[in-house]
Amino acid sequence: MLDAVLAQGSRIGLGGNARTTTGQVAPRPRRALHLHLGSMRRLVSPLLLLAVWQAASSTGLVSAQTLASPLQIMLTARDLLNDGTLTHNLAVSLVRAGVGLGLAIVIGVSLALVAGLSRIGEDLVDAPIQMLRTIPVLALVPMFILWFGIGEMPKILLVTLGATFPIYLNLYKGIRAIDPKLLEAARTLGLTHGETVRHVILPGALPDLLVGLRFSVGISWLMLVVAEQVNANAGIGHMMMDAEDFLRTDIILVGMLVYALFGLASDQGVRLLERRLLVWRPQAHRRG
Amino acid sequence: MNDSPVLRVRNLTRRFAAGVVLKSLDLTIERGEFVALLGRSGSGKTTLLRTLAGLDEVSEGDVQVSPESTVVYQEPRLFPWKRVWHNVALGVRTPDARRRAEAALGEVELAHRLNAWPLTLSGGEAQRVALARALIREPELLLLDEPFASLDALTRTRMQGLVGDLWARHRPAVLLVTHDIDEALLLADRVLVLSEGRLEADLRVDLPRPRDDGETRFVHLRRTLRTALGVTDKQAIAA
Ligand SMILES: Nc1ncnc2c1ncn2[C@@H]1O[C@H](COP(=O)(O)OP(=O)(O)OP(=O)(O)O)[C@@H](O)[C@H]1O
Ligand SMILES: [Mg+2]
Repeated sequence: MLDAVLAQGSRIGLGGNARTTTGQVAPRPRRALHLHLGSMRRLVSPLLLLAVWQAASSTGLVSAQTLASPLQIMLTARDLLNDGTLTHNLAVSLVRAGVGLGLAIVIGVSLALVAGLSRIGEDLVDAPIQMLRTIPVLALVPMFILWFGIGEMPKILLVTLGATFPIYLNLYKGIRAIDPKLLEAARTLGLTHGETVRHVILPGALPDLLVGLRFSVGISWLMLVVAEQVNANAGIGHMMMDAEDFLRTDIILVGMLVYALFGLASDQGVRLLERRLLVWRPQAHRRG
Repeated sequence: MNDSPVLRVRNLTRRFAAGVVLKSLDLTIERGEFVALLGRSGSGKTTLLRTLAGLDEVSEGDVQVSPESTVVYQEPRLFPWKRVWHNVALGVRTPDARRRAEAALGEVELAHRLNAWPLTLSGGEAQRVALARALIREPELLLLDEPFASLDALTRTRMQGLVGDLWARHRPAVLLVTHDIDEALLLADRVLVLSEGRLEADLRVDLPRPRDDGETRFVHLRRTLRTALGVTDKQAIAA
């Protein structure tokens, strides 16, 4: 089946080339076709890799206990979906990531507002956070298990802890980096302090907040992988650790695939948010 | 209507670490008066304007400025995340703020750009939005710090005409900081020259509007101002 896809891909590629060399296509469509060809070309090597992988597995060169074949992974994914294992574990993981990230947003934004909008807040909040951020968050995993046991709490809190820093750091930086000339303009226009925060400081810092959010989303998944593999009775990480005991590399790979897909999807989600919220930026116009 | 001046400065002195910029300066501007302020680069024009706008604290001297005053800077300083009309309406606390913003934008010939994002405007358009934003506040005193300096010659001429018209219609007192002697003479009732921390010249321009820069009295005033600024005719031609 993969071979068929590959063959089709190269056929389209050749057909396209033949048309462009005859010079019968108008310049504009040709450029569009060219772009299309470019993205097709980028698919060639991954597909080739998949084909080699499948071949190595089928011929017994690589055993299923070392690395399951792509075909086997697809079949396993279907089975796991059908018997509800995947859906259940995915739901558990999503809730942990979602709650953890949600908490991180609330905490990170609040702290950044306190530190960014007042001198006292800066001294009280920023100094300790700058110290804390030098600790590798993953080094706290054993501590968290000691403190919070093995329930949902340590997993959610690990996600929160990891995801709070990027939110805080970027939003704080954004608030502090507001153009002083705009703040001066706000003053001469007679805006109150509240109006200045609402109409000048917050929208001005929003791009930085979204950059932080993008980092946070990535970190949330990372923290989740670690937290669920250390100690859990459900979740994608747990599913993978369970599979390890039975040398089921296919299940482990399905887990990896799911993490990758959700990492990608959430990143796209934030990008979409950026495009919606930052329409005022000329680049956003062009990209969107 | 009350007849007290919109601005009264007595004995204003401003020092920076590097030296004294304003030396016991006196200035009074009457209601509706259009005053231009000339001076060499670094003579303290912006410093004076910032003090009048309340952006710089007064440590020596006495400054009284009408609370209904507003500033247009050399750069438009629009908020890029607010649409054009919203930039103008921001801080206007009447229920018809939006309608008034639209009217003000109409006056600066930007009725077709109400919903544009500021970063998509040309330099001249952005500066006209800044002007509309000042206008909607119906100021008694309008402080303009080289508002046309970064515009091309053609746009600058149009903007000068526009400011002249707006002043004639709304009659705020204006203090216009500029480098351009002709601009000052075309627009102002009074031209001041700031030099060595003092107002070295205070010239009345009693010419009928619209003014002709080729007219004898205009040429004469121009020469007087050049001398006050220390620019000889030869230097001006060389430059
Ligand atoms: N915040 C400050 N700290 C120290 N010195 C300052 C400060 N602001 C202005 N100065 C100095 O005061 C002097 C007057 O500056 P100012 O900006 O008022 O000049 P200006 O007449 O507006 O010049 P230009 O025509 O170039 O805009 C300059 O020598 C400047 O270096
Ligand atoms: Mg200046």
